[in-house]
Amino acid sequence: MSQSLLYNVLIPVTKAVVCFLVVALVAGVLTLIERRVLAALQIRKGPNRVGWNGALQWLADVVKLITKEDHVPSKAEKVVHLLAPLLVMAPALTVFAVLPFGPDFSVTLPWIGKVTTPVHAAADVNVALLLLLAVSSIGVYGIILGGWGSNSKYALVGGLRSAAQLISYEVPMGFAVVAAILMANSLSLVAIIEAQRKAGVWFVFPGLIAFFCYFVSGVAETNRIPFDLPEAESELVAGFHTEYSGFRWAIFFLSEYANMIVISTVATTLFFGGWLRPFPNVAWLGFLDVVPPMAWLLLKVCLFLFVYIWFRGTFPRYRFDQLMALGWKALLPISLGNLVLVAFAALWGAAGLRVLGAVLTVAFAGGLLWARLRPARPRGTTSMAGRPAEVRV
Amino acid sequence: MDVSLALFWAFAAVAVAGAVGVIVMRQPVHSALFLLLTFLAVAVLFVVAHAEFVAAVQVLVYAGGIMVLFLYTIMLVNVRRQAGEPYLHRQAGVALGVGLLLLAVVGGVVLGDARRLADAHAAAPAARLTEVVGSGVAAGNSQAVGWLLYREYLLPFEIASVLLLVAMIGAVVLGKRTMEKFD
Repeated sequence: MSQSLLYNVLIPVTKAVVCFLVVALVAGVLTLIERRVLAALQIRKGPNRVGWNGALQWLADVVKLITKEDHVPSKAEKVVHLLAPLLVMAPALTVFAVLPFGPDFSVTLPWIGKVTTPVHAAADVNVALLLLLAVSSIGVYGIILGGWGSNSKYALVGGLRSAAQLISYEVPMGFAVVAAILMANSLSLVAIIEAQRKAGVWFVFPGLIAFFCYFVSGVAETNRIPFDLPEAESELVAGFHTEYSGFRWAIFFLSEYANMIVISTVATTLFFGGWLRPFPNVAWLGFLDVVPPMAWLLLKVCLFLFVYIWFRGTFPRYRFDQLMALGWKALLPISLGNLVLVAFAALWGAAGLRVLGAVLTVAFAGGLLWARLRPARPRGTTSMAGRPAEVRV
Repeated sequence: MDVSLALFWAFAAVAVAGAVGVIVMRQPVHSALFLLLTFLAVAVLFVVAHAEFVAAVQVLVYAGGIMVLFLYTIMLVNVRRQAGEPYLHRQAGVALGVGLLLLAVVGGVVLGDARRLADAHAAAPAARLTEVVGSGVAAGNSQAVGWLLYREYLLPFEIASVLLLVAMIGAVVLGKRTMEKFD
């Protein structure tokens, strides 16, 4: 078999198929974990009948969703209605092409021989980060069109909200990503991970503020609580996917989980050293290398996914004007200011990053301590509760 | 035929088909979707030309930002055309004239410059890149764009950004005036 066919067709296709299957599987299992964790947070039991203690509940759900009736509302824009779920899923899965899951590895296959390839669906693109932002910004079309094409007021309002929200939060997210680029001096995700190894410090320390902005924007971009205004069930039934059922609804669902995995993986890559072990430069921690790099990445990504579920069980939903105010009046100036800070530190090289990291970590720890020690605030005096909402349409 | 040339023709055809779709469709949302198709096809053309940075920015800004706002506005305005209503009203003749004129101008420029550009393209980019970027910077795509933008063309770049800022302020002022009228 010719080398070019092997490296340009066979390996990428195999990786893409494996990637898709793994994402679908993880999304399925994640629904179960989410329901169990939420139940634990709310002191109830959660699904515990199907299989061993509920372990097969997600399979039952899959079967249920596939066999459900696929309903298209009357007077809906039929083509748009059918296209929308695909427009959400395609970008969500495409992004996996540039995510790095591990360094190069070699396998010896029968018939073919030794093959060395990175654990990537596609390749180390030199504009990977930009591509990632670009492709994920396409996903909003599916949501808007799903809302518009359903011929339903609830769905339409959900779609409009989502368009406004996604555009607003893309800006602080972009600035947070730029901070990571400044620290690493590259747009390539692999180069960013290598830069963290060289600097000897995970970028979460000098980029503490950037990471905060990134993750908050990420939660908003994936339409998760507390930013799930586009599908707020207390106001909009189910928002943009009100009129979807069966398998098409499942595609929306799958895309949401795929997006969560993407945001978690990118947060890990940019700020938590990707597949690197903790303290990659400390020699006496070398025994940690027995854990393969991909397992480190998986562990960190799982932590973020857990935080997602934790958020859902902890925070109440924002009001729409609060959501917009948070995006434009808080996150945007913070991420911009942080950019200046990080730029000065990056000018000073790895030492600057370490100093900034130390300062920010101490400030953060001090803030936590202060918040813990100060007397509790009387009820009803939070800044959110005080002002009446100004709603202009 | 080599792969990149085949890709170029395929996606050029998609871009043109999308552009035709934009003006043929009666439902504005469908027009917007065809415009999105054109933007994406043009982005692929950029990739074929090895301008990955421009391609990513094209998708990020035009497809991911501007078109979303377009769709947003169209959905809010909700234009419903009656069936059988004339498509161009009385502007058909003028539109045809202006279109032909534009075609002649652009076509003339392209035909006149095509050969010169092709010759320049064959020789220039690699040499120009090393000349501008020098040996210090790894000659990646985004580095080259940044280098050119902030070294060679800093003044035009700043002027363009001021122009955009003025346009934005103007839009805000106009929008605020109509809102006060409605209050």
